[in-house]
Amino acid sequence: MTQPSSPAQQDAPVDLAKTTAGGGRRILPRPRADVRNLSLLGVLAALIVVGGVTRPEEFLATSNLQLVLTQASVIGVVTVGMTFVITSGGIDLSVGAIVALASVWATTVATQEYGFAGILFTAVAVGLGCGLVNGLLIAYGGMVPFIATIAMLASARGLALEITDGKTQIVTVPSVLDLGVKDAHVLGVPPLVLVFAAVVVIGWLLLNRTTFGRRTLAVGGNAEAARLAGIDVRRQRLGLYLLSGLCCGIAAFMLIVLSGSGQNTNGNLYELDAIAAAIIGGTLLSGGRGTIVGSVLGVLIFTTITNIFALNNLESAVQQIAKGAIIVAAVLIQHRTLRGRGDG
Amino acid sequence: MPQNPIPSRRGLLFGTAAVSAGALLTACTSNEPKKTKDTESTENTGTTGDQAPISGDKPGKAVTIGFAGPQADHGWLNAINDNARSRAKKYDDVTLEITEGSNDTAAQIGQVQTLINKKVDVLVILPADGKALTQIGLQAMREGIPVINLDRVFASPQAYRCWIGGDNYGMGLNAGRYIGERLKDKADAKVIELAGVDSLELTKQRTQGFDDALKNYPNIKKVARQAADFTVESGQAKMAQLLQAQSRFDALWNHDDDQGVGALRAIAQAGRKDFLMVGGAGAKSAMDAIKADDSVLKATVLYPPTMAASAIDIARAVAQGKGIGGMSELEIPASITLYSAVVTKDNVDQYLPTGFS
Repeated sequence: MTQPSSPAQQDAPVDLAKTTAGGGRRILPRPRADVRNLSLLGVLAALIVVGGVTRPEEFLATSNLQLVLTQASVIGVVTVGMTFVITSGGIDLSVGAIVALASVWATTVATQEYGFAGILFTAVAVGLGCGLVNGLLIAYGGMVPFIATIAMLASARGLALEITDGKTQIVTVPSVLDLGVKDAHVLGVPPLVLVFAAVVVIGWLLLNRTTFGRRTLAVGGNAEAARLAGIDVRRQRLGLYLLSGLCCGIAAFMLIVLSGSGQNTNGNLYELDAIAAAIIGGTLLSGGRGTIVGSVLGVLIFTTITNIFALNNLESAVQQIAKGAIIVAAVLIQHRTLRGRGDG
Repeated sequence: MPQNPIPSRRGLLFGTAAVSAGALLTACTSNEPKKTKDTESTENTGTTGDQAPISGDKPGKAVTIGFAGPQADHGWLNAINDNARSRAKKYDDVTLEITEGSNDTAAQIGQVQTLINKKVDVLVILPADGKALTQIGLQAMREGIPVINLDRVFASPQAYRCWIGGDNYGMGLNAGRYIGERLKDKADAKVIELAGVDSLELTKQRTQGFDDALKNYPNIKKVARQAADFTVESGQAKMAQLLQAQSRFDALWNHDDDQGVGALRAIAQAGRKDFLMVGGAGAKSAMDAIKADDSVLKATVLYPPTMAASAIDIARAVAQGKGIGGMSELEIPASITLYSAVVTKDNVDQYLPTGFS
């Protein structure tokens, strides 16, 4: 099946050329993505000023930087996968449910007997398995991504509940738990943050420096044109949902390290957080354009907001209201900046 | 585009690997601990408090009890179902008709309706939403089927014969009292609170009780409160933020032991030990930690799931027209509020069998 293509997306080949690696001729300069990221950096800087003024001692501490990055790492990894899927014109609504399923499957009594490797393997394998099913249904079964992944959402959450029976599965493998404590920091960087950084770097290279990335952009820009240009669109889509599933599996393992347990409520509403972060970052919901750096900035903005609110001891109701307002502000600032350049 | 119909060698290799990975995975869904010789089977089944039942143990008239509850999607609700089942099994004269749990109001109304149509002798209902299920409670009562309302209360007392449930205000009160007594000699003591889902009435009641108890101790000040949402994940995230915000405090009350698993992880990850923590609800993991006494968790206030077992006792007594042993009245009371006991290292052994996972 093919994605509906609109005239607005006809600039896909340009985007394609724009991101050509290294020595390739750049038909267009690349200010657009940079301007977007700059305005996001501006929002982040403003937040840091707010945090620094209201709670200077706590907010500006190294330990707080470690905390914010750690809290951002799990959803951040999911968002990288989501960015690829959205860039290709798809959507993955099942990420939260996959994280839940992978985290409970990997923390059953039976799995925990295999120790660290067993937990890691199971989390990643379950993520990949769910991604495979999503990909097959969408690429070869001709299902709309929205429907296929919402079906996955329902069944994965159901299976997670079935496995746990509603119980909290406590992790008792010390080598897994130890990854989350201070002693495990590498030169002051928590291991989870290192994993996050690695996923971001690999994701950036994959999107901007490989044929896989260029094909993703092409499929998202105009699937029919991509097909005519000789790209195996179906295989590409399968690969993308596998990638998203893989990211969910990794995130599930990270969440197990962080929370020391598996629960069927894990990953609640991750799909919304990941989509919001990607969109705020500048990835087009209609496909054809995606930015990993923007997505990471989006995630960091969300996590920093939560952090500032918690440090100032504000109620969750106030947090939610302000979060909504800041999302709107961030997007408006972006549009403004773009229009100022005659580019939006 | 035509594809080569014969799978490539790489494809075959990958396929085989995938299939065997799948086989290995399916073996990993089991949650049954491997049977080591004669371990006590308290792990999954023995969550019932086996103290003396309320009315006599002697078999009476055979009764059928209909039980309808919400979907058991977390530990406490699961323990509710287990308690009801195992209590009913204890009585030869009780048949339990238990419905598939549901969080959907319409679905639960349908399930209760089915139980009414089956003409059960007495109903035990833990509504997903007390207000929304009031009508069906009224209808059952009107048709002559006594309703035992479990925990989440109906909007009208006419909708139940007897209400039995936990005491959220009392939970906060007892947590506050315990912390107050521990800190009463400490000048400028600071306390923080990790609350549950803020949009729920019960969270407000717990916080109110906690605040009211702390008013008796002028040297103690509550310096921070954050709401998590009863999940381990949120407990870890909110606790990590609280620890960053408060470099020094003396006690923490966490509303819920499930989110407490995450909170304890955050505390361990930050390497903090300089305060005492009190939990809530009474999960087995929390009681194990209290017994081991190797973490900041020193106590937990109960919201006992054994209330489901008591509800079965009451339902049986109502259907057989008996009263409660040890009380002068001939009738079962109209409402019973349970006490939120504080479980500490000293009395934890007594409560461990009721801990849920």
